[in-house]
Amino acid sequence: MTSRDAILAAVRAKAPAPAASLPHVPLFERPSASHLDEFRENLLRMGGKFAETKSSGNPADLVRSLFPQARVVCSATAEVTGTRPLGAETDPIALDDVDVGVVRAAFGVAETGSVWLSEEELRVNALAYLAQHLVVLLDPGAIVPNLHHAYRNSRFKAARYAVLVTGPSATADIEGVLIHGAQGVRSLTVVPLPRQ
Amino acid sequence: MRVGLFIPCYVDAFFPAVGIATLQLLERLGLEVVYPLDQTCCGQMMANSGAQKDAAGAEALFVKNFHAFEYIVTPSGSCAYHVREHMDAIPQTADVQKVRRSTYELVEFLHDVLKVDAFPWAEFPHKIGLHNSCSTLRKLRTAKASEIDEPFFSKPVNLLSKVRGIEFVTPSRPDECCGFGGTFAVFEEPVSAKMGYDKVADHHNAGADYIVSADMSCLMHQQGCAERLGLDIRFIHIAQILNGDRA
Amino acid sequence: MKRIDHAEAASGFIAAKAHQEFHDRRLWDLRLKRDREAHGIPEWEELRNLASQIKEHTLARLADYLEEFETRAKANGAHVHWARDAAEHNQIVYDILAARGAKTLVKSKSMLTEECDMRPFLERRNIAVIETDLGERIQQLDDEPPSHIVVPAVHKLRGDVSAVFARTIGAEPGNEDINYLAETQRRTTRPYFLRAEAGMTGANFAVSETGSFVVCTNEGNADLSANVPKLHIASIGIEKIIPKVEHLGVFIRLLSRSALGSPITQYTSHFRAPRLGGELHIVLVDNGRSERLGMHDFWYSLKCIRCGACMNTCPVYRRSGGLSYGATYSGPIGVIIDPTFDIRKYGNLPFASTLNGSCTDVCPVKINIHEQIYKWRQIIAERNQLPFVKKEMMRLAGKVLADPRLYRAAISATGLALEHLPRFAIYNFLNPWGRQRELPQPPQQTFRSWYLENRSRS
Repeated sequence: MTSRDAILAAVRAKAPAPAASLPHVPLFERPSASHLDEFRENLLRMGGKFAETKSSGNPADLVRSLFPQARVVCSATAEVTGTRPLGAETDPIALDDVDVGVVRAAFGVAETGSVWLSEEELRVNALAYLAQHLVVLLDPGAIVPNLHHAYRNSRFKAARYAVLVTGPSATADIEGVLIHGAQGVRSLTVVPLPRQ
Repeated sequence: MRVGLFIPCYVDAFFPAVGIATLQLLERLGLEVVYPLDQTCCGQMMANSGAQKDAAGAEALFVKNFHAFEYIVTPSGSCAYHVREHMDAIPQTADVQKVRRSTYELVEFLHDVLKVDAFPWAEFPHKIGLHNSCSTLRKLRTAKASEIDEPFFSKPVNLLSKVRGIEFVTPSRPDECCGFGGTFAVFEEPVSAKMGYDKVADHHNAGADYIVSADMSCLMHQQGCAERLGLDIRFIHIAQILNGDRA
Repeated sequence: MKRIDHAEAASGFIAAKAHQEFHDRRLWDLRLKRDREAHGIPEWEELRNLASQIKEHTLARLADYLEEFETRAKANGAHVHWARDAAEHNQIVYDILAARGAKTLVKSKSMLTEECDMRPFLERRNIAVIETDLGERIQQLDDEPPSHIVVPAVHKLRGDVSAVFARTIGAEPGNEDINYLAETQRRTTRPYFLRAEAGMTGANFAVSETGSFVVCTNEGNADLSANVPKLHIASIGIEKIIPKVEHLGVFIRLLSRSALGSPITQYTSHFRAPRLGGELHIVLVDNGRSERLGMHDFWYSLKCIRCGACMNTCPVYRRSGGLSYGATYSGPIGVIIDPTFDIRKYGNLPFASTLNGSCTDVCPVKINIHEQIYKWRQIIAERNQLPFVKKEMMRLAGKVLADPRLYRAAISATGLALEHLPRFAIYNFLNPWGRQRELPQPPQQTFRSWYLENRSRS
């Protein structure tokens, strides 16, 4: 008997009965004045930054002004041209020296200040982790109220890899002191910008 | 109304004033209070150690002593909880089930059954730290536990608020266990003592003159800690305050 | 196997005053943060009920959901392996690595791999295993197991970490600046991510509807481990299964709020299929879980989502530290799981509790922890695993308390003893109560004799 069969047989034999029924999960909607305001508040609480483009609306200018010292900028979105091209076939290891990564999130979540990214938005998944800083463009109209809404999104069933990113990499493992930039990005900046 | 009075063994032996106050209080409220003379213990200590066989004798004796009462009242949250929820080392006869259903902790009884709305004979002009034992708080649910997201309620506060002169002070960790835990106090003595020290220091720092509780077992442990620490703080059971004892 | 003596270990922990006080304050702070988050969501108690129900339903139909998970995962291009026990798990992981010539494995936090004792197994076979979570890395370098499932080095102060890093990864001796220490770990770990042939994660949840699994971290080290090397191995306990993606809304909203008092972890990562050009292996592990499923009083412990809230609230855990339990799982969840691994070695753990019930109140999936602790004590007594002194004490007490006359004789003897014996006879090594506490004073008369004098008609 294979281990698979042995385990399934044991689980079947020991299962408690009768089984509780599967409950329906509501959406827990709450009236909110502005999803964008709630998103911004929670993003800041989680250590993220929020930067509005000036009236010119050019995100590339904003990236340059936020990170004037950056030598290597890799962008996964056509809206910003980086200093180095980034393709889906780029080896993750080649991203080790990236100062700033730029991506456009598929949507955001107001309840937590999270942004949703998949291999489509990232081109190379490791970009969101090997870069020292991450800039995320987010359409203010693409913010859902809470995680129940987020999890109804069908893209979870299609993406190979999907991540809800909330603020920068963080840890408080030493004496409870909060550090940003544990293993991943030292800062995460969300730029509200409608999709063109 | 006629009630059977159950006095836990350690109250009988070390804190008879708590038993006396309970009896006198119930009599003041117009009840006939009967104390079966052959009572000993509810069986909790053995049961909480997993020793069901050893608990059976005490549990059977408890039922023998109390089966003729419609209400059994005890000034002990942990004992009332044990009788209602854990007294199963003996066969569950009709008598046993009746005794289990009919056993009340004093605060529950005063608040829910008698619905007492005044204690005109009582006055206690002191700062008190209320210690809700884990038995009354999380098992019998006589007050809101801080972990649970629900509206505030507290049966002991409702009762004590009716006592002239009382002033409540709140420690920084009102709901944290004080560390008595029955035989835990002996077999895990280092942690038990540390928890007790922390608890009494917390109440002391909040300005309490007295720590009051519905469980004398907790107070016995806390008093032992406070005395060894040399802390100027006193201990009193809720029955004594409600009965009008002055100190 | 020698029985773990929790009380003795706790005594040592409490004696290190600065460490114990920090440990207690830090974890209590996490408990308070959890309260603030919980009270900030009107539907908190409803979420707990939903989570509990979803888990109970799933566990009762676990075999079907496991099969569905495997079918979907394989259709997604992942490999699915099954391990009956820890040894098989370790062998499977080794075989995957060896077949690809992998010599270095970077991994994120996984209690399951601790449970299986995987690292020494691989290291003996010349595979370097690098813990990448900061807390886990500290513990690895110090050759100590993690003490808490969410904050593994919570029992250490900055001076301890500084000493470990100076000894092992070239940190400047005596530099206790926490930013410096964290940066040192970041700088020295990064090269491993880049050159490791394989990365390993655990999983918080495995969704049968999609064959996907979810890993929640704050550091991003799981995402680095999974997305840089070409090979990703995920070790998943069979109890981690939940039926649908939409159920994640409930669990993700509960997890980080319960664990750390933050609405979500910095990274909530969902893996459904290997990256293009990459390989994904899932190892489903039993190791006693199916056995526990059949335990009428204890199967609820399988609902656990490993948030650590029970540890943070437990007044005993905060004052004794996770290492005092001598097991992978410590604190309240530990004391109800560990006896299933070894009832003799862990037979004392269910007594490292006051049965106060705070753990049950904070558990996001409503495991009735304190009730299971109570029931375990009965099993331990029945299997004759109570220590001799306690067993005898209960036997004697049971006899005396079953007989009114014996009881009255004992009470009066105790009263006389306390009244007349000198202090040294009462307060000595035979009397644990008296080590740090005063005994109560014996009164003039018992309640019973007062009653006889003042109320009894006879």
